[in-house]
Amino acid sequence: MSEIDIETARKVAHLARIAVPEDNLPALAQELSRILTFMEELNEVDVDGVEPMTSVTPMRLKRRKDGVTDGDIQAKILSNAPDAREGFFAVPKVVE
Amino acid sequence: MSELNKLTIAEARDLLRKGEVTSVALTEACLSAMDGAGQLNAFVHPTADLALERAQAADARLKAGDAPAMCGIPVGIKDLFCTQGVASQAASRILEGFRPEYESTVSAQLRDAGAVMLGKLNMDEFAMGSSNETSVYGNVVNPWKVDGRDLTPGGSSGGSAAAVAADLCLAATGTDTGGSIRQPAAFTGTVGIKPTYGRCSRWGIVAFASSLDQAGPMTKTVRDAAIMLEAMCGHDPKDSTSADLPVPDFESMLTGDIRGQKIGIPREYRMEGMSAEIEKLWAQGAEMLRDAGAEIIDISLPHTKYALPAYYVIAPAEASSNLARYDGVRYGHRAKLAQGDGISQMYEKTRAEGFGHEVQRRVMIGTYVLSAGFYDAYYNRARKVRTLIKRDFEEAFASGIDAILTPATPSAAFGLGEMAGADPVEMYLNDVFTVTVNLAGLPGIAVPAGLDAQGLPLGLQLIGRPWEEGALLKTAHVLEAATGFVFKPEKWW
Repeated sequence: MSEIDIETARKVAHLARIAVPEDNLPALAQELSRILTFMEELNEVDVDGVEPMTSVTPMRLKRRKDGVTDGDIQAKILSNAPDAREGFFAVPKVVE
Repeated sequence: MSELNKLTIAEARDLLRKGEVTSVALTEACLSAMDGAGQLNAFVHPTADLALERAQAADARLKAGDAPAMCGIPVGIKDLFCTQGVASQAASRILEGFRPEYESTVSAQLRDAGAVMLGKLNMDEFAMGSSNETSVYGNVVNPWKVDGRDLTPGGSSGGSAAAVAADLCLAATGTDTGGSIRQPAAFTGTVGIKPTYGRCSRWGIVAFASSLDQAGPMTKTVRDAAIMLEAMCGHDPKDSTSADLPVPDFESMLTGDIRGQKIGIPREYRMEGMSAEIEKLWAQGAEMLRDAGAEIIDISLPHTKYALPAYYVIAPAEASSNLARYDGVRYGHRAKLAQGDGISQMYEKTRAEGFGHEVQRRVMIGTYVLSAGFYDAYYNRARKVRTLIKRDFEEAFASGIDAILTPATPSAAFGLGEMAGADPVEMYLNDVFTVTVNLAGLPGIAVPAGLDAQGLPLGLQLIGRPWEEGALLKTAHVLEAATGFVFKPEKWW
């Protein structure tokens, strides 16, 4: 059975950019371990020489001209932003 | 004419064309049914004014003689579809207040065909769930009831299924990533088809797992599914995976003649501990198709057992990538920040507040299986198993099988809250008969086939060859007629 320890759970939460309170980490680690154990049934399958599936239907992707098809919709792009100022998305300071 | 909301699409279309009913009258009947059905919690953003406006336009079109089949038909739209100027939040807190500036291709095609949107329908958050209990809007209640218990309508398209079963609309859109159209259809005695991957454009539908997601109709009859599917399908340059294939007239393919069709019965779907009722229903379904002239053939799909674990690697992996866009910058919810919080705290707090428990869990599982050191062990292995699952179906079809008959779900609808204490994996088992179809990109349809001992609907699933939705609908139509399923939930809401 797969064991996810508290340290790994903390790391995964950080990689996923989800704040998890310290108190919830043990339960999270347990849940993730249980799901991973379920996934490990896949280890029974002989996959030697099998290509991973990359496309659902065998289709050649279409090409199109590399041209501008849309634009001049700044107001529409910003209309749902939690904080938009002077034509930009605003976020907390990134560089000190 | 009374109770226009109870009509099927085909009935309403014929009456509209004869001028015996107006789209405004149909729409008003549905709006009034919706008003009285608050307890079901199916419609979460009704759009009455817009609906009446579109109904008037549809009536004008009908008068002018320019009316496609869906013209004037009132439908519900799952909250996963972006609809211009109308709340579209995938039942998530993180998209609170989001009003798209654009319309999804599928809902735009329906709109352009004259269909009347009544409003947005409840669902599991980001389509992640099998019971409609993960929604920010709260649970949907199944119109079917036993012993006064509130039952789940299934998920993730639970609002769509409940609304159609309760006659709040004539039909609804759904989406299906692992069974999210077919399982709720089975739980509510309605019809739901997931077409071949690439039939419907995914553009403008909030993404869950891009290699598995497909939209499809949820309807009262197989004929209605054929009519509505045709309006939803077609090539779209904005979705590179949408197929540039002609869309057939599916309804004209419902000839009732399935003589000589080879129907496969996969032995691996006879699960250990399967209920006797489901087993009996399945055998009866096969018998009915045989009576209609089909040949019933036992087949083997040897990798079936591994479909669920493969799905629960691949779907969360894709979801963790797709849901990375919800960061509190461009749309939706942003957490209130404390003094000194930087951009990382903004992301982490926003996503912790905005995503519900199940979504957080799947994003983290996806993050883990894609992380350095685990990618090959989990994600790549799952994709190889997916190749084998698809190959199983290809071999069955190559041997001459036309369609495959299976149960749709392992049980009838269960009670809301009954699975609350259960392990997440137990909830995932609801998808056991349906996920294989998404992994292989095939069309699948759930058809109501009978009632269980408690009086709840049970469904059967038919799986077809890629791009042959027409033949699949034809077989489903024969099955529907043979089962004679005419049951409706008794109104209590």
